[in-house]
This record gives sequence, C-alpha cells and structure tokens, in this order.
Amino acid sequence: MLGFLSRRLLIAIPTIILISIFVFSLQKLLPGDPVLVMAGEERDPDLIAALREKYRLNDPIFVQYFAWAGNALRGDLGISLRTNQPVTELIGEKLPVTIQLAVMALIIAMVIGIPAGVISAYKKGTWVDWLANLIALSGLSVPNFWLGIMLILLVSVKLGWLPASGYQPFSEDPLQSIRTMLMPALVLGTATAATLMRHTRSAMLSVLQSDYVRTARAKGLREHTVLIKHALRNALVPVVTVTALLFGELLAGAVLTEQIFTIPGFGKLVVDAVFNRDYAVVQGIVLCTGIAFIFMNILADAAYRLLNPRMRDT
Amino acid sequence: MQIGKMLTAAALLALSTSLAQAQDLKIGLQDDPDILDPDQSRTFVGRIVYASLCDKLVDITPDLEIVPALATGWEWNEAGTELTMTLRDDVVFHDGTPFNADAVAANLDRSKNLETSRRKSEVRSIESWEVVDDTTIKMTLSAPDATLIAQFADRSGMMLSPTAFEAAGEDFGSAPVCAGPFKFKERIQQDRIVLEKFADYYRADEINFDSVTFLPIADTTVRLANLRAGDLDMLERLAATDVASVEADDGLQLERATSLGYQGITPNVGNGEAANNPLGQSNLVRKALSLSIDRNALNEVVFEGAFATGNQPFAPTSPWYNADFPVPERDIEAAKALLAEAGVADGVTIEVQVANNPVQTQVMQVVQAMAAEAGITIELAAKEFATLLADQSAGNYTASQIGWSGRVDPDGNIHQFMTSGGGLNDSKYVNPAIDTALNEARLSTDPAVRKESYNAAVAIQQEDMPIIYLYHPVWIWALDDSLSGFQAYPDGMIRLHGVSQN
Repeated sequence: MLGFLSRRLLIAIPTIILISIFVFSLQKLLPGDPVLVMAGEERDPDLIAALREKYRLNDPIFVQYFAWAGNALRGDLGISLRTNQPVTELIGEKLPVTIQLAVMALIIAMVIGIPAGVISAYKKGTWVDWLANLIALSGLSVPNFWLGIMLILLVSVKLGWLPASGYQPFSEDPLQSIRTMLMPALVLGTATAATLMRHTRSAMLSVLQSDYVRTARAKGLREHTVLIKHALRNALVPVVTVTALLFGELLAGAVLTEQIFTIPGFGKLVVDAVFNRDYAVVQGIVLCTGIAFIFMNILADAAYRLLNPRMRDT
Repeated sequence: MQIGKMLTAAALLALSTSLAQAQDLKIGLQDDPDILDPDQSRTFVGRIVYASLCDKLVDITPDLEIVPALATGWEWNEAGTELTMTLRDDVVFHDGTPFNADAVAANLDRSKNLETSRRKSEVRSIESWEVVDDTTIKMTLSAPDATLIAQFADRSGMMLSPTAFEAAGEDFGSAPVCAGPFKFKERIQQDRIVLEKFADYYRADEINFDSVTFLPIADTTVRLANLRAGDLDMLERLAATDVASVEADDGLQLERATSLGYQGITPNVGNGEAANNPLGQSNLVRKALSLSIDRNALNEVVFEGAFATGNQPFAPTSPWYNADFPVPERDIEAAKALLAEAGVADGVTIEVQVANNPVQTQVMQVVQAMAAEAGITIELAAKEFATLLADQSAGNYTASQIGWSGRVDPDGNIHQFMTSGGGLNDSKYVNPAIDTALNEARLSTDPAVRKESYNAAVAIQQEDMPIIYLYHPVWIWALDDSLSGFQAYPDGMIRLHGVSQN
C-alpha cells in the first residue's frame, strides 16, 4: 500500500506542473484585457500603464509564469486584482464553504441514492423499480438553476421555512448554517443521488444473482439479513469508489448552485474572477481544484484496494 | 427569591429593549463591490456602499443641484481657476481623528498621486492647493474646470481618514475609515458587507438604523425572492419585467429615478480598417439606422415600458437635454431615402457587437428586426463584456452596443466620447466644431452659458451621429412596505438619511 501511494504521489508531481502551465497559458489566451476591466469605466491611459507595470503584465509570458509558479511554491498565489486580498487567504475563506456544501449534498445523495438503488434492484421489473428509475432520470435531467429557483419560490417565499439564500459559517451557528445550506445541498445532491442510485442498482443486481447469496438464502437466513449483510456489503465496493469521484464532481457542480443561492464559496469566487479577468484568483483556484482532483483520485484508488483485496497486488 | 425574580425580569426587559432597538437594514445589491477604497474602486455597487460609509465634500439633490455636505460652501475666483472651499468644523472620522483642511489636502494628494488611483482623471485640473486655515482650503487649477465641483459629489469628494490611509496604503480597502453615517464592521467577499452606526456622526439624528448589511445577490429573480421572503428589506435594480408583479404585491413598494446614463450603439467611424464600411463612413447611413428604430416599441418589448427612451447623451428629463431635437418617431421611408442618398439603396449589412447577457442581446435583437425593414441587415456578435471592451478599444469592431453609467455633470456624459482624442472616444470621431463647443462648456461656471454650448454640441451630434442613443435606464428599487422616507436619486445611490422602518 505504501509503495502504491508513493508511486502515485510521484506521478502526481509532473501532473501538477502540467496543470499549472495549462492554467497559466489558457488564462492568457482568454480574450479581453484585465487592465481594461480594472481601470474602470473611465479607462485613464496613465492608470492603465501604471497597472500593467505594477502587475508585470508587460513581461514576456514565461517570465510571468516562472514568477507566479515560484511564488506559488512558497505558498503565495498573488493578490486579487479586484479587492487586493491575498488569493491564499481567499481560498482559505471559500474552500470550507464549498466543502460543507459538497459534504451535505453527498450525504443527501447517499441517503436517497443508496436505499433507492437497493430497493429498485430487489424489486426489479416491478412498478417500484420503474418509479425509482423515473425519479432518478428526473434528478439527472432537471437543470440545477431551475430546480433552485423553484425551491426558493416554494420553500422560502411561499412557505417561509428556510432562508432564500446567503450563508452562515458552521462554526458560528451550526443550526442556521445547516438551514441556509439545506436547499442548495438538495439541489446539488439530486443529480448525484440519481447517479448513485443507478450504480447501486446495477451492483446489487449482479450481486443478488451470485452463488453466495443463493447459499445464504438456502441456509434459511432472513431476507433482510441476506440483503443488507451479504449482498449490499459487497455491492458497496464499487459504489464507494464512485462516491469519492462524485465528490469531485460536486465541487465542480457547486459553481452553478452557489451562483443561484448566493453562497460565498469557491464556485462563486471563480465565476466572478473570470468575468473580472482576476487572473491571480482564477489561476489559484484552478490549480487548487486540480490538485484536489488528483488527491481524490488517489484516495479513490486506495479505498478500492482496501475494500477489494483482489486489487492489492496489481 | 424575589430579588432573583426581579433581576431576571430586568435582564429580560433589557434584552427585549436591546432587541427592539438593534435595527439592521438589509440591502440586496446586484454585484459584489470591488475594493472598498474610494480612490481605487470602480464599481457602481461600491458607490452604493460608500453612500452609507463615506461622506463627500458636496452632495446632489434629486434634481441634480449641488449642495453642501462636508464643505459648507465654495467660491470661484473671476477667472474660474481658483476654488475656495469652507468646511464643517464638527466632523470626525470613524477613528476619531478630526476632519479639517489638512485632511482634505491629504485626500487630494492621494487621489492625484496614489499609483493605483482611479480618480486621477477626475482631479487632473487641480494643480496645487493651500490650507488657508482649519476650515478653509484653496485649490488652484491649471485651467478653468466647471466640472470639478460635481466630481466632489462622488468618489473624488469622499474624505478618508489620512491617519488610516497613511498606515494602510493600498490596503486601506480592507478596513476603510471615512466620515459617513456608518462605519465599517466586516466584509466577507461575495457574501456581505456590514456597517454599523457611527455614534459621532454629525447628522446622527437622521440615521435610524444600528447597522446596515449589503448582500450581493446577482440573480434578479433570487434577489426579489429574498425580499419577498423577508431576508432583505430593499434591493436595487429590480428587473423591469418584475415591476408589474411588485406593484401588485401589497407587502412591497417601488421607487424609481431616471438614471444619468444611457445605452446606445457606437459605430466605428475612424478607428482603423474596421471603420471602412458604409455605417462608419456615412452619417446618412447612421441617421437611417436611428430612424429605423422605434424606441418606444423597444422600451415596451424589452423593459415593459419601465425605462426612458432617448436620443441624446442626456435623458429628456435632464435640464441639459436639447429640446430642439426630440426623440424621433420611427420613419422607415425616410430611412430608406437616406440610404439611397448615401448610395446604398440596396441596403447595407453591418456587424454589431453586444454583451452576451440576455437583456442587451434582446435589445439588439429588437433593433435588428426593426432595422431589417429599412434595408439594414444587422449581424450580432455576442461577446463577454471584457472581450467586447478590449475589441472596442483596439478598433476591432464595426459597431458596439454599449452604454455609460452617467455622471452628475453633463461634461462626464459627452466630453470624453465626442472630443477628438477623448479618452473614451474609441471610434476616433473627429469634428473640431464639437471640440470647441465641449471645451467651452468646461470654462464657465454659469449654467446658462454651459447650456448653450451643450445645445450646440448636441446639434452637431444629431447631424454626425457618432453614437446612436437608444434609451436611458431607470433605477428601480423595491422596498419592504415597512420602510419609509426613502428618496430616489438619479445617481442610483441609496442615501439612508431619514429612512426608517416601522
């Protein structure tokens, strides 16, 4: 296991360097001039020249890259061109928000998706299976922004149960924090629930046809025990790895959800940064997200090995 | 036991009164402001926050008259090159340091000389200043500049604590210290900006809230939903299409004011190769395009009639509007005749770049359909705003659908766009006659004299059509019914003096 992990971590290093080059150059390929945006409506030529100088935008691109990458190695991702706030500070502020949202969405997805998958596999071909499939398909097809606005109109405006948008840090007021995050997590979680349900269903279907399940039934075990203790346990192996990968997708999906519910997380930060050509922020975020994805992948692989002994020696 | 009960009752009473008094006003903004430093910031929503945070030397009335604020009065010398301002003597900054002529001098210096100051062009005419006494400052100008006083009604006139900005430098925006009714408490980017009442404010009796929280909520539907759910007390820039539904809602009220800005089409008339097309070369084609547009229908279709139609840099309600040139009726026959006169009777095809947001795209689609009937084929190039702006300033465009947020002084809405070499004259339009008229308008401080110059400039603009004006946005605020005392201003700011909640 240790060998596997160190191998994977070594491979991760060139990948991260590649990501940093891509992030930097793609950003520069974006049309539009950050200084024109920063200079404001008046576009004072003296100011534009001063800003270009200050942010070293006149330097050749590779000089800019090495300056940025060098600072990044020392943990300095630059400052936001829009608010002068250090990018690392911004990321430290926003990342916990998005992680809270993603974790809550994942819990919702698991609570809905896994039981639904088990039931629909067990009741394969019946109306229960069809209904579960229908719900899963709708979960995948309904756009986030539409579902979000409908939920706000129903739950906040009409019923007044939950706040329509905004954010409260978990450390300050846990209950209010969960209340503000509930709707966005539900919106974000539905599509993931559907994916999880489909995976659980197919894994359960194959497990339920296996010999040891027949043996368990032949032993006279209760159906409940067969289903939960014998079948689900084994069916969960692929589901766990899928879940780890889905977590990464949730972080990406948060971009839209945060925009609708005005949650000050990673997604909202990156959207605003792109529109304002806030280079340092976009680069910092994409780099961090890229690194997070790499580690999620390594974790998923490691979890797979832990759960499935047959994988360990390969 | 009795004492214990009494203590509990007293504590409860104290708690309930403090709860009753702790009144927070929640305002929904369309965007998240940029850096909270009046010298460095550039966003409209930032200025809305400053209206509660940073008082200015002078202010405007809803009718655009300039009135005293931190300055009690001002006087020009005969030649219009010296401005003497007298100041209030009862003002302190949020950090307790006094506001006086030395502070004004330090602020002028910062606006002019801070490397990243966005105010340089606004105070460029000030050459030097002299602190006469504690409450008097005299500024000497390089040339007469009638627009300067109006600059002091906005960010250039906002007074920051010199002690604070000397200590913080460019990072002043992370904890701004001014002399407004509220002081800075905290900011979480993209989430909220919280200000709390400043007890030593010189007009504290007019402020009825203990704190004000600004919440940026970009989506207009969600912003309105928050107001309806009670999570906001008021919001700015209600979508014109939501006006009817807010009017029908008993729990909400509407306020509006025609803005100082405009939206229009700027054809490239002289910036590089891209200007070599019938629209760029012939004012007749530009006039034909203008005549092909039914501005009322455009306003009805896109904004449900909530905005104001326009054909000049100033709205028809502005004192600077030239009444000799009313908003034209649509006239397809006249448009076709102009095209024929220009030698393109068979019609022309032009590309117009437009910001890729739903509203501006819809505006241009309506214009596209109308112009087609006159034989002008418009191809739309939808671009993200930063790209559009870069292409425009580089001359890579035939025409741009673009606007201007508007300034208090008329000069700010026309001079830079129409004078040769003007900073915002991207299409490099040149007409010496308009240069003369607009430069003269800067020299006199007499409104009647200036009005004549602007009338002359607008007459030339109507003939040359370097910008085809379409409409003037109307600021629309939606407020909870419990609020009273709000006054709508054409600069779109939210002034909380006299506003209260029942």
